[in-house]
Amino acid sequence: MKSRLLSFIKRAAAVALFAPALAMAAGAALHLDKAPVSTDPAALQHGAKVFVNYCLNCHGASFIRYNRLQDIGLSEQMIRDNLLFTGEKTGDLMKIAMQRDDAKVWFGKAPPDLTVVARARASEFGSGADWLYTYLRQFYRDPARPTGWNNAIFANVGMPHVLYELQGEQAAKITQNADGTTHTALELVKPGKLSVAEYDKTIADLVSFLVWMGEPVAEKRKSIGTIVLLFLAGLFVLSYALKKNYWKDIH
Amino acid sequence: MTTKSQAVLNWIDERFPLTSSIKGHLTEYYAPKNFNFWYFFGSLALLVLVIQIVTGIFLVMHYKPDASLNAAGVPVAFASVEYIMRDVPGGWLIRYLHSTGASAFFIVVYLHMFRGLLYGSYRKPRELIWIFGTLIFLALMAEAFMGYLLPWGQMSFWGAQVIVNLFSAIPIIGPDLSLVIRGDYVVSDATLNRFFSFHVIAVPLVLIGLVAAHIVALHEVGSNNPDGVEIKKKKDSSGKPLDGIPFHPYYTVKDIVGVVAFLFVFSAVVFFAPEGGGYFLEFNNFLPADPLTTPPHIAPVWYFTPFYSILRAVTYPLFGLDAKFWGVVAMGASVVIIAFLPWLDRSPVKSIRYKGPVFKAALVIFIICFFILGYLGVLPPTPGRTLVSQICSVLYFGFFLLMPWYSQLDKCKPEPERVNFK
Repeated sequence: MKSRLLSFIKRAAAVALFAPALAMAAGAALHLDKAPVSTDPAALQHGAKVFVNYCLNCHGASFIRYNRLQDIGLSEQMIRDNLLFTGEKTGDLMKIAMQRDDAKVWFGKAPPDLTVVARARASEFGSGADWLYTYLRQFYRDPARPTGWNNAIFANVGMPHVLYELQGEQAAKITQNADGTTHTALELVKPGKLSVAEYDKTIADLVSFLVWMGEPVAEKRKSIGTIVLLFLAGLFVLSYALKKNYWKDIH
Repeated sequence: MTTKSQAVLNWIDERFPLTSSIKGHLTEYYAPKNFNFWYFFGSLALLVLVIQIVTGIFLVMHYKPDASLNAAGVPVAFASVEYIMRDVPGGWLIRYLHSTGASAFFIVVYLHMFRGLLYGSYRKPRELIWIFGTLIFLALMAEAFMGYLLPWGQMSFWGAQVIVNLFSAIPIIGPDLSLVIRGDYVVSDATLNRFFSFHVIAVPLVLIGLVAAHIVALHEVGSNNPDGVEIKKKKDSSGKPLDGIPFHPYYTVKDIVGVVAFLFVFSAVVFFAPEGGGYFLEFNNFLPADPLTTPPHIAPVWYFTPFYSILRAVTYPLFGLDAKFWGVVAMGASVVIIAFLPWLDRSPVKSIRYKGPVFKAALVIFIICFFILGYLGVLPPTPGRTLVSQICSVLYFGFFLLMPWYSQLDKCKPEPERVNFK
């Protein structure tokens, strides 16, 4: 009886130990490049400029106001002079004029709002920044697509390569792996205005800006958090001493 | 006390049991002196309830339960959450306290329930406390489920869609029942508004009532302790339990230590990892709800996953009824069965300290299965995973249903006369 119970427990423990391994073995992996995210104001300001010039025509950022960019070191006047083109006020939300119904016809799907895209794109394969950094560097020419562009990590994406004048044109060489999956190798066939290193830096700044925009309060949150934790650590010492003192007569 | 304040107190006491309540529940409520680490989680659950209610009050001031699209094409409810995160002063903190508080609530409640399993806190005469506790857990699940719809993200929407659809598997009344819950044929603005109402008013009222009943019942019979012996059996000449100490000041000062330690960990999450690695705030929920785009993988929030795994583990139809229906039955039973513990445990002793190897092994297997089920619940199913979750589900129910037998044949040690204290 006892040995049977023991062997049952052993078998149950074995199942318990191997369950996670069994559970892990599925799903196609997404290989993302690590994004060099920066909180440096110069990088964020450059990212903001790229964002306003290249993204904010089709994509809105409708949860954030222009004057929030003061948090990354721009003055109200600088925002007014450099980022507002169509009579917006600095207190306005960063919305776009394009009609969603038109956008649907033009791109097949209205371009999503990008305010929190850096948070939404996080997955088990990497942070949202990693995804964006990889995505924005992996567009390639594909004559089969209506826009003439495709993307190595977002197959048949509706978005054309709006930064091609900076990056240039890449061509894809798609090979079949032994296990049936495909591998897409990209090659720069027509250089753009920027060198590869400069383009990567521009995208890194843009992604840093998108990360900042996803949660503008993030840095402040961490600095307040440090103070809160220090306070609680001190309070813990006091509360523990109080408890010790009260309990000294309990035996 | 000055004569004037004494006079005021007397005036109140003649009209309201103020002094006697303070005595009965605090200064002359005798709790066993040997409470250990596991006894912090009751007061912490109460603390988290207060955090949720207070932060919730402020969130309701700014949140808008409206599924219609604004001019930018974003649902108003989703946009109002981001408005709280950005434009409401301190709103980000209130929101993170509330979202982290939801997960913290389940963590402390699970640990609180585990304490009950360890020391037999559900045994006679505390059966009603345990039943109230199970009902609190059920109410908490309803509260969390409906609250999760409110940010109106992709996971909010599709999670609600999946769970409400489960009710339609119930024979005869199912389709109408799920229609009543949703208020529509799909999860929609009507669903969002009724879930908001339930989350903000109905369920919190029930929760507070149940918590009050839980504590009143506890103070009627007195607390159990890690040795599982009744301190009321040994009293001194003045009628005070020999192993009891007044709740105030001894356990108030001790619980303050627990509160500060808890707040340290809680704040570390709120300020440094509010997304909880994608488990407290799921990444997909930063995408606004889109009824036309089904996410490739819909996982409930982590605290539901053990029960969700049990639901998915049932893959056989029975008596001409869908496997889905029996999955719902199994999931419901896996929660409700907890309430029956007081009558399933036939061990001569309460505490794990004096229970034999069989009960200890059963508890270890049960906890391991609970974790595996929880882990599998966040992953998409595969045949291998389904098999593992079926084995774990059987063991989960086995822990409860076989308890009347294994708890009796176990070799227990004799309980001590008095509690052990250092």
